[in-house]
Amino acid sequence: MDFLNAIILLLNYIVVPALSYGSQLALGAIFVTLIYGILRFANFATGDMMSFGTMFAVLLTWYFQSLGISLGVLPTALLTIPFAIIMMILYMLTIDKLVFSYYRIKKSPPVQLAMVSIGVMFVTQAIVRIVIGPFDRRFFDGERFIIKANEFKEMTGLNEGLSIKSTQVLTIIITVIVVSILFWFLNKTKTGKSMRAYSDNEDLALLSGIDPKRIVMITWMIAGILATIGGVLYGLDKSFKPFTYFNNMLPIFAAAIVGGIGNPFGAFLGGYVIAFSEIFLTYAYKKFFTYVLPEGMEPDSLIQLLSTDYKFAVSFSILVIVLLFRPSGIFKGKVL
Amino acid sequence: MKQYANVITAYAIMIALIILVGIFQSWNIAFSILNLCLISAVMTMGANIQWGYAGLINFGIMGYTALGGLAAVLISVPPVREAWQVGGLGMLFSLFIIVLIVFSVRYVIKNFQKSKRKNIYIALIIVFGLIILRITSGPAIHSIESVEPAKTGFLGGLGLPIIISWIAGAFFAGGLAYIVGKVALGLRADYLAIATLLISEIVIAVIKHEDWLSRGVKNVIGLKRPVPYELNLQSEQWFINLVDKWNKSTLDLISGIEERQAALSQMVIEGSSVFVKMCYSGLFVIVVVILLIITQKALYSPWGRMMRAIRDNEEAANAMGKNVVEQHLLIFILGSAIVGIAGAMMVTHDGLFTPGSYRPMRYTFLIWVMVIVGGSGNNFGAVLGGFAVWFLWIEAAPMALFVINFFTSGLAENNAFKLHLIESVPYFRFLMMGVGLLLIMRYKPKGILPEKITKQ
Repeated sequence: MDFLNAIILLLNYIVVPALSYGSQLALGAIFVTLIYGILRFANFATGDMMSFGTMFAVLLTWYFQSLGISLGVLPTALLTIPFAIIMMILYMLTIDKLVFSYYRIKKSPPVQLAMVSIGVMFVTQAIVRIVIGPFDRRFFDGERFIIKANEFKEMTGLNEGLSIKSTQVLTIIITVIVVSILFWFLNKTKTGKSMRAYSDNEDLALLSGIDPKRIVMITWMIAGILATIGGVLYGLDKSFKPFTYFNNMLPIFAAAIVGGIGNPFGAFLGGYVIAFSEIFLTYAYKKFFTYVLPEGMEPDSLIQLLSTDYKFAVSFSILVIVLLFRPSGIFKGKVL
Repeated sequence: MKQYANVITAYAIMIALIILVGIFQSWNIAFSILNLCLISAVMTMGANIQWGYAGLINFGIMGYTALGGLAAVLISVPPVREAWQVGGLGMLFSLFIIVLIVFSVRYVIKNFQKSKRKNIYIALIIVFGLIILRITSGPAIHSIESVEPAKTGFLGGLGLPIIISWIAGAFFAGGLAYIVGKVALGLRADYLAIATLLISEIVIAVIKHEDWLSRGVKNVIGLKRPVPYELNLQSEQWFINLVDKWNKSTLDLISGIEERQAALSQMVIEGSSVFVKMCYSGLFVIVVVILLIITQKALYSPWGRMMRAIRDNEEAANAMGKNVVEQHLLIFILGSAIVGIAGAMMVTHDGLFTPGSYRPMRYTFLIWVMVIVGGSGNNFGAVLGGFAVWFLWIEAAPMALFVINFFTSGLAENNAFKLHLIESVPYFRFLMMGVGLLLIMRYKPKGILPEKITKQ
């Protein structure tokens, strides 16, 4: 019984939250990695682009709510995602046309493109804050929990409760669907293959008749889809605040690099690596050991490897270690 | 003289703008803008040395600034004796353990052959070291933090004049840069950017949460100043006489003695805060001028030529026998040290240390906008970039307000759209920075004052 309690405890506080947080990071990391693999620069506007897409979802959710449209138990925001994606893609294509294409045609070094993306970051951040303000916005509606801790306790008769939020399950399901479609697209369709070819060797791809403009456009479209969905899922699970989104850029970068930048599958796994290690290392295991160890051996201290304040620092340290020992990431980079 | 014409014009415009602020808004605002412009200029010079001279991207400016600020706290705050008594020994012992870990890791790296076993040894040393460290430091930290937590709760500093911290800040930041450089400088440009950005976040996390060191997010306030305090000034006779003399023409217009006295005391209060800011400006100008002279000399020395050679063609410089790795590390340390000076200057100016306020937007990316806008590789450009961008950053809100009022003058006063725009005025500064950066990068990629290579 105690053993079961211990497992439920870990599930409740580590596995479920880490899975959903990891999925949100994974979507962002694939976005970073795609831009890096095909457009060849580190996009510092990642977090703000995600908040831009989410902003539309929030605004449309409010509009739909005022019209009385809802999805019942599911959050209304799911309904708004397609519209938000369209706005996001339009914005990205405009930015590409106005800003990035010039440097791409000039074949500027990646560093310069990264600098330019900082300009885009400033502008996007300004737009988001001017339109919706810098405050915390909650736009979740519908059923909050699938299983509540109390109900679970009554159902099973265990001491420990397991609560699963609907947003967590939604996040995981949607991520798996989106990522599977993406991998199918990249590996099986002609366009996807040409994208991989372009990422692998630009000149050779051009010689074999691949249209670079089309590749770039499709990349931005996929990026828009990933950024919006990732942003909305994060916002539903926690809340929408532009500053948090900007900060999320850092663990997302860490996930992309840990997985091997330029490698979407690596980025996908990298998201989970970062999320799990953040939560594993900062969780206080006192209760867990009280259940597992025989009576009389209960620990006095919290058995916490690092205080929760260092949550972010954990992912960055992992990144530094990976960069030191395997600069190309856990999975070899550049095999889009 | 002619080749400096654009430099002189640009600086004249900048100073004229600040004087205009003084005339139209107030001298108090003008001097606080000037002071922060000077601090920004120092930071920009540091970043410019790394990027302009050597082509190294350092997105960790925030971390070095914060370390400079930490130096200001550790140098100027008087030591908390009680805390040292209860936890000093434990902390010293922990320090000894850290040194022990570092040296044993070094020993393993030096004396073992590259193999899986070596990595395992290093990992084991670090993990066990950290566990021992936690056990030894835990009680010490706890007892230090419980010494009057509302007022102190930390070890305090050395109680020296705060000016010394400007040099100490340079050493702190340089020391961190040595470690970061050893770890990260081998990385490719964009990896280096990301790695430094993340490392600076780790530094901030440590400063924020190690309360025994600098009170963390509880902030340290009331740091000693290198310049007089307003209140003391207001009672000094020579200062009152000075204000009296300065404003003689205005004061003579007032007939009644009592009214004259009231007006004078008002002027003394205003004047004292302007005077304090002027003192800071004087100190900062000295630092900026010294740094300008040194960096300018360095840029045109054989060493500067070598740095440019390394930047422009690493392989060729390597082939000529220049040690690229060593020089990169050196310039990374020098640039970061300058940023550390700026960080200490900033805390000195504010008189308080607030780790929560260090955010990458303000302390890393804004500084980079300054470097790019000013002109990378040109020290005068870097200083100008610091001035121009900081000026815009502060004056963006009033300017945006003016523009909004102008364009929406046809709309009613309580129009929702107009009210929303006016409410979001503070965020137009981001827009301005972004658009400015993009325009400069597109049409003047070398910045306002481009790098000039003079043959000597």
